[in-house]
Formats: sequence, C-alpha cells, structure tokens
Amino acid sequence: MTVVLTLAALTLREAVRRRVLRALAVLTVALLALSAWGFSVLVRVEFDGSALTSGEAALVASQILNLVMFGLSLIAALGTAFLAGPTLAGEIESGIALAVLARPIRRSAVLLGKWLGLVVFGSGFVVTAGLAQFVIVRATAGYWPPQPAAALALLAAQTAVLLTLGLLLSTVISPMASGIVSVGLFGATWIAGVVGGVGQALHNEGVARVGTVSRMLLPTDGLWRGAMHALQDPIALAQLGGPALEGGFPFLSKAPLTPAYLAWTGLWVVLALGLAALAFHRRDL
Amino acid sequence: MGPVIAGARQDRPLLGEAEAPAPEPAPAAAVWCSGLRKRYRRRTAVDGVSLTVGRGEVVGLLGPNGAGKTTVIKILLGLVRPDAGEVMLLGRPARDPYARARVGYLPELFRYQPWLTAADVLALHARLAGVAVPDRERREFLAAVGLADRAGDRVGGFSKGMQQRLGLAVALVARPELVVLDEPTSAMDPIGRADVRDLLLSLKARRVAVLLNSHLIGEVERVCDRVFILDKGRVAASGTLAELLGRRELRLRLDEVSAEAEARLAEAGRLTRSGDAFTVALPAGEDTTTVPDLVADLVGLGVRVHAVEPGRISLEERLLDILRGDSDGESR
Repeated sequence: MTVVLTLAALTLREAVRRRVLRALAVLTVALLALSAWGFSVLVRVEFDGSALTSGEAALVASQILNLVMFGLSLIAALGTAFLAGPTLAGEIESGIALAVLARPIRRSAVLLGKWLGLVVFGSGFVVTAGLAQFVIVRATAGYWPPQPAAALALLAAQTAVLLTLGLLLSTVISPMASGIVSVGLFGATWIAGVVGGVGQALHNEGVARVGTVSRMLLPTDGLWRGAMHALQDPIALAQLGGPALEGGFPFLSKAPLTPAYLAWTGLWVVLALGLAALAFHRRDL
Repeated sequence: MGPVIAGARQDRPLLGEAEAPAPEPAPAAAVWCSGLRKRYRRRTAVDGVSLTVGRGEVVGLLGPNGAGKTTVIKILLGLVRPDAGEVMLLGRPARDPYARARVGYLPELFRYQPWLTAADVLALHARLAGVAVPDRERREFLAAVGLADRAGDRVGGFSKGMQQRLGLAVALVARPELVVLDEPTSAMDPIGRADVRDLLLSLKARRVAVLLNSHLIGEVERVCDRVFILDKGRVAASGTLAELLGRRELRLRLDEVSAEAEARLAEAGRLTRSGDAFTVALPAGEDTTTVPDLVADLVGLGVRVHAVEPGRISLEERLLDILRGDSDGESR
C-alpha cells in the first residue's frame, strides 16, 4: 500500500510539473472567460421583442452549461489521456522504469499507484474547473444546476475511464500513440452517442443501438450523458424541452444513469486495469 | 602473440560450463541462477546461462557487445522474463519481488525522474525499498559519489556522468547486500572511473556482493574475485582470476640450441619457436625453482642465453583468446 501511495504522489507531482498542465490551465481559463461573457449576454438579449421567461432562460442556460461542461470534459480527457501515456510507456522508453521496477515492488502496485495519481489529478481538475463554471453561471444567469455534486462525480468518473484506457494502451503501444488512440476513441464514442440519439428520434432501432453499444464498450459517453442530466433544470425541461429531447439534441439528456450502468462502469475500469496489469507484468523492459 | 593464443586454445578446462549440470543452490548465495534462456523473436539472447555470486564476492561479467550480459542482468532482477531457467537472489526465488529488498541496481540505461532533485530520487528509492534511511545517511551516499553539493538540484540539469554517479548512489541507498552494476563507468571521466573503483573496493571490504558488467577489463581485473565470460548468450569461460590467468609463459632468446636443449625446454612446458625466439608456456602455480633450473640446465647444455623474460597473460589477452577461439571453432 505504501508503494501505491508513494507512486500516486510521485505521479501527481509529475503531472503538476508537466507542460500539459499549463496548456490545460490556459484552455480552461479561456473557456471559462468565454462562457462568462456568453451567459451575461444571454440574460440581456431579447428574442422577438421580449426577454426570455425564467423557464426559457433556465432551459437555455442548461443547454449552454452542458455545452461548456462538454468543453471542460474534453479538456480533461485530452489532458489526462496525454498524461497517462507518458507516465508508463514514456518511463519504459526512457529507462526511468528500470531503476524503479528493480525495487522490491510488484508491477501491479506501480500501475495502481500511477492510476490513482492520475485519477486524483483528473478529478481535481474537473471539480475545480466545474465549480468555477457553476459559480460563473450562477453569477451571470442566476442558474444553479440541480445535482452539482453528482454531475462533477460523473465527469470525474468519465475522466477516470478515459485515463484507464490510456494506461491500458500505454502498456502495449508508444506513449504518444496511446494518447491519440484514447482521445480518438473518446470522440468516436461521443459521435456514436449522437448518432444513437438521432436513431431514437427517428425511431430507428438499428441506428439507436449504435449509441447503446458504444456506451457499453467505452463508458465515457454514458457517464457524460448522466452528468448532463444532473446539470439541466428538470422542470424547465419538462415544460419546454420536449421537442429538443425527442429530437436527439446532443447537449440535453433524457434520463439519469441506472445503477446497473454505474456498476458496469466500475466493472469496466476494474477489467481494464486488470488487463493493463497483465500486459505490464508480461512486458520485458 | 600467435603461439600464445594457439597454445591457449588447446587447454580450456573452464569452457563448456553451460552444458555442465547446474550447481546446487548454495544456502545463501547472493545470486544463483541456472539454465537461463531468452529468445527475442528469432534471435537467442541468452542460451543456458548458469552462474553464482557468493556473499561478499565481486564477480565480473565480460563479453563482446550482444553477448547477452545486460539481458542476463535484467533476468536476474525480474525486468525480463526468461523463457526457461531459475533465479534465486539472496536465498529467495526471484519471482518474489521481496527477493530484491536488499539488491541495488545501476542500469546500463540510467535515467532518473528529471523533475526531482538528487535528494528526492534517493528518498524515493529508499521508500520503495522499504528501508528507513535517515537524511544524514542519504547525504553521505551523495557525498560518496561526489554529488554532495548538488543534492538540491534537479536531475534534469545533470550531465550524463553526474546522472550515472546519482545512479550509483541509488544502487547503494537501501543498504544492499548485493549490488548489480551494468557498465557503471560508461559515462564517466577518468576521475569518475577511479572513484568507482574505490567504491567497488569499499563494497568488497564491507562484504557486499557485486555483479559487475564492464567493458573496461582493467577495472574488472583489479577488483573482481571471479569472472564469467559470456559469448553469444553462453558462458564461454569462468573462474577465479588465478584460474583464468594462472598460466605463465617464459620468453627466451637463445643461440646454439641442440636437440637435447630443445627437449629440455619442451620438458618445462609447451614450446613454440620462431627463429631464435622460444616461448615456453609454464604450468600454473608460483614456484621459485622452475626458471633458474631451466636456465642452469640450458647453460650446462652449451646454449648461449641472450634473454629470459617471464610474462603473465593479461585478462584482456585471455578474453580475446577465448572469444577468438570460439569464432575459429565455428568456422571450422
């Protein structure tokens, strides 16, 4: 356990030192500033000669909040995926891993420590940036999401799923390739989710199944939809958002996550980590 | 030189150990391994290597590039999985990570977290080894490798030689009973090399076992008790330095050598002649009578003796001799 915690702390320290973090910080601040400006314009703007009603404003704020949070989750995904690759594969390539793994420690403990460090880093980012965004929306548009804690937890889980994938890939392929592949899969799953939503709107089961299957294979999109559901105003959505929901609009979510899906996500992470541990254990350095 | 090599090729009592039955594990050998094999795709890197390093013994690993030395070391430390064979470190099977609790390692490819300071790297390795090493002691290790005034500097700014010095401190920090050094002076200047030699001698004095892989034969010759010579993934020869280098030779320049005198020379050891230069390979073992008796007899037989020059075969000559002998054997 000491080994896991030592390596988690080391990984966290490494992540904080990397240039990726500075890029993440710049992107996040830019996104937050843009959203502050956008929301402040939104509440003053008039449509067809009248300002938005409170219900309409809440619906629009929900959608835009979801959009901005998607941007944040994308930044988190990119950041952690590109951190997860170098931390394992990069150390194997450079030779740092040789001296560390010759110590009386299990490789699985090293992997778990790195995973834990990255999860803490990714969650820390999501929670900090997410809370900042909530405060901005509150101050500019007067909107506060109904389940902020659940939303942030699901976004953190999404980040954890993606970095687990990044770690798994980095045990078998090069650091940069593992980052690119995991971000690519993240994007592909999101698009498959949107396609599935369109399929639902058209009542085409075959197309709808695309989203369902991709959400099982890589749970990032499912978790993201759960987070969106926790962010949007249920009353405004029920009153006004029907057509948008039925039409498969990608920045609104129809239903919360089921406990079964959350359990599957947990199992997915355990399986992916187990597979990564197996691949790492068998790897010659 | 030619005759020496030709003579040496004939008696290689230490060759072919790879095929010999593996020795039983000594109760507490620092390293014991038997029948190690490793293939990378179609290339065989290690082919039936068995070796032991006793407690407190300094053992050298020699051989040409690609002989499998680094792969053997990585197998011993659990960094590479052998296809076959067994490894015990300090009396524990190497499958168990705790077998490495008292093992220090300086890899051939030495790199340490560039964002940490030298002191941080030592603290990290002490923690990973599960050994509580007080700050003062860690500073002593840094001082021992000449990095006392760089303890607080980031490793990223270190030169290669300094990183290798840090690597030595890392190998020593957890109070090891076995230290494995893979080319420990490859990036060092002559002063660094001398420091490493002193360090090896101090380890030897403290009865810490050392497995040393080095291209610098002089280094090995000066500090090692025993040597394993690897070639093409096999142990080509092994033994104590006395066993490997025990044979002496006597070079003479003689005139008016009768058949009788030549017979007397051949009696002393295997004889080679080119013109008036005679070389006699003397049997191993120090003795004070062989050479004076031979010279007295030669003079008695009417031989005019111009020069008598005793010589010892260096480890370098012996190594080349063994390796060339192998390739000759193959081409035949």
